[in-house]
Amino acid sequence: MGILAATVVLALIGILIGIALVFTGKKFYVEVDERETAVRECLPGNNCGACGYAGCDAMAAAIVKGEAPVNGCPVGGAPVTAQIGAIMGVSAEAAEKKVAFVHCSGTCDVTKTRGNFVGIQDCRSAANAGIDIWDCDYGCMGLGSCAAVCPENAIKVENGVAIVNRERCIGCGLCAKACPKHLIELVPYSKHIHVQCSNKDKGPYVKKVCSVGCIGCGTCQRKCEAGAITVNNNVASIDYSKCTECGSCAEKCPVGIITTLVDRPREEKAG
Amino acid sequence: MSNHTFRGGVHPAENKEFSKEAPLRVYEAKGEMVFPLSQHIGKPAKPLVKRNDLVLAGQIIAEADGFVSANIISSCSGKVKDIGPRQTVSGKMANCIVITNDGKYEQVPGIGEKTDYNTLTAQEILAKIKDAGIVGMGGAGFPTHVKLAPRDPSAIKYVIANGAECEPYITCDDQLMRGHAAEIVEGLKVILKLFPNAEAVIGIENNKPEAIEAMQRAAEGSAKVHVLPLQTKYPQGGERSLISVIAGAHFPGNKLPADVGCVVDNVATIYAIYRAVCFNEPLMQRGVTVSGDAIANPCNLIARIGTSCRELMEEAGGIKEGVTVNKVLSGGPMMGMAMTSMDVPLQKANNALTFLAEDEVATAEKQLTACIRCGRCVTVCPLGLIPQMMAAAAEKKDFERYDKKLNGLDCIACGSCTFICPAKRPLMQLFKQTKAEIMAEKRAAAAKAAAEAAKEEKK
Repeated sequence: MGILAATVVLALIGILIGIALVFTGKKFYVEVDERETAVRECLPGNNCGACGYAGCDAMAAAIVKGEAPVNGCPVGGAPVTAQIGAIMGVSAEAAEKKVAFVHCSGTCDVTKTRGNFVGIQDCRSAANAGIDIWDCDYGCMGLGSCAAVCPENAIKVENGVAIVNRERCIGCGLCAKACPKHLIELVPYSKHIHVQCSNKDKGPYVKKVCSVGCIGCGTCQRKCEAGAITVNNNVASIDYSKCTECGSCAEKCPVGIITTLVDRPREEKAG
Repeated sequence: MSNHTFRGGVHPAENKEFSKEAPLRVYEAKGEMVFPLSQHIGKPAKPLVKRNDLVLAGQIIAEADGFVSANIISSCSGKVKDIGPRQTVSGKMANCIVITNDGKYEQVPGIGEKTDYNTLTAQEILAKIKDAGIVGMGGAGFPTHVKLAPRDPSAIKYVIANGAECEPYITCDDQLMRGHAAEIVEGLKVILKLFPNAEAVIGIENNKPEAIEAMQRAAEGSAKVHVLPLQTKYPQGGERSLISVIAGAHFPGNKLPADVGCVVDNVATIYAIYRAVCFNEPLMQRGVTVSGDAIANPCNLIARIGTSCRELMEEAGGIKEGVTVNKVLSGGPMMGMAMTSMDVPLQKANNALTFLAEDEVATAEKQLTACIRCGRCVTVCPLGLIPQMMAAAAEKKDFERYDKKLNGLDCIACGSCTFICPAKRPLMQLFKQTKAEIMAEKRAAAAKAAAEAAKEEKK
């Protein structure tokens, strides 16, 4: 008898809650833009934050609201832009794919440290603590803060300098934010000529601390026909929108820090 | 034997016998002198001289910029060669004034004139200390005129002279107390003039019986100056350790010694105060121990500030034959900073150069294993912190927990936990970095808040 009463009571409670749920569900229904879900589906979903929003969900909401551009996801590139464009009913050109590049080539063979370092192996924390054992004040510390934040494992520290794997890099820019020496820049994937130094000291001093440091001689600036390369603060920098990739700067650089990337085929460089 | 001591602490090998019996001897610099503009905690000083200016010894060449800052005094006469970045003891490049030393040491007139401190008011004494550019000479380099001017001078109960010298190898304070006991007592009396309700206590570790005896003899007859022998234990000379022994006060990290009625000064600082107030002599030289198992003739020198550390090394006979130096420290082995070059100037707060044949930090790194939670670091921490949990939080970069739950910012980086750790974990290094990172974050947050407040105001 007791078990029957309990069953009936529970069944009644269940039915009542069910009715209440159906009623509240109808009454407080929040309209979700279908497009938002669709856009979210298109986005890569690794929540890297490179777009400037808190993650892919926030980015999808922003695109639908019109706050973010359709091509705002730097990771997805052209295919994602096309898909989102189709959903949103606009045609948009994909933003150019960018990859991270480390403006330093001061490996352990060409520049030195003045001591050993024991402690947290993290560039930011070491820089904050005033640890200064590197001869070059501007170069890569090689403790791998960038590698630690990379969501795609695209950066690793080799022989004291961080190296980016261009194929894996999604251009989210987290490494650029993490680097206390501000060595990492997002450069167009299609460009292959880069300056591998950030030292702003004067030539003779740079020579003392590193054999592959920019001495600010200005040869590259004079050789560049497109006017794409300039020497500011004793270090060369390339304006990628003007660069034609002729390679004359790289040929003439006396310290060889303007390099065509290693992964670029030789014949392409010759042509 | 005295039992006065604090809770926690460790017993590292003292290694003071190298230089213990070597009396302080004056060393006059030969080469050019370099004066970093920032030899103290606070803002760097503002240079008052230009290139090619002639300066005299004792001349103020850079003046204090702001409240927490200190004057920089030339310790030699000569011509200003350059003002620009030079490497300093910490290994960093910092702006320095470089003076070509003419070797004559011509002084600014008026230095050495005797003044009776009883005729001076508190303000005049503080002004003299400020002009002399005196900073804490035990290592931290906090401007002394700021420390001696708390909000309520009458609330100060103890003026503590720090003669503990708990750091291994260093013996210059010991020798200073042996040779200049009367002057240190006079210096304390000068400070007591600033604090009407205070009494002075000189705390000395009992491994320096000669210094204790000399100070006791000098303090005889002065009702307000006492000598207190302390147990030999590291870090007995830490400000907080001394206060807990002498005043029995424990206080959190956001409070200052003045909040519990104490002022702590190193004996070398007190000696400098005496010279500045009674003889009008600015801070031009200091005692420095050059010691270690890799140096030929360990000694205690009185050297001019700005002297190249290489000259001091050579004065101590250079490196012992047949020995390779693997580590040079400015300061002692517990808290000293590793130096990366000998061509750096001696600064106001550098009390020693220690040359070691073995780099024990590098050796320890090779033996590093995981934390076994033995809790020895907890027993030795003089501040009652929990280093092993702080280390876990630091490694995970859980700054919230490190700061709020574990009070990790109170850490004084004495290194006792690292010394005792059987797993050879680099605890103190972790804490130093984590503290710096948290402080940087706090500064960034404060700057952001200030910028936003300014924006709001504009609206």
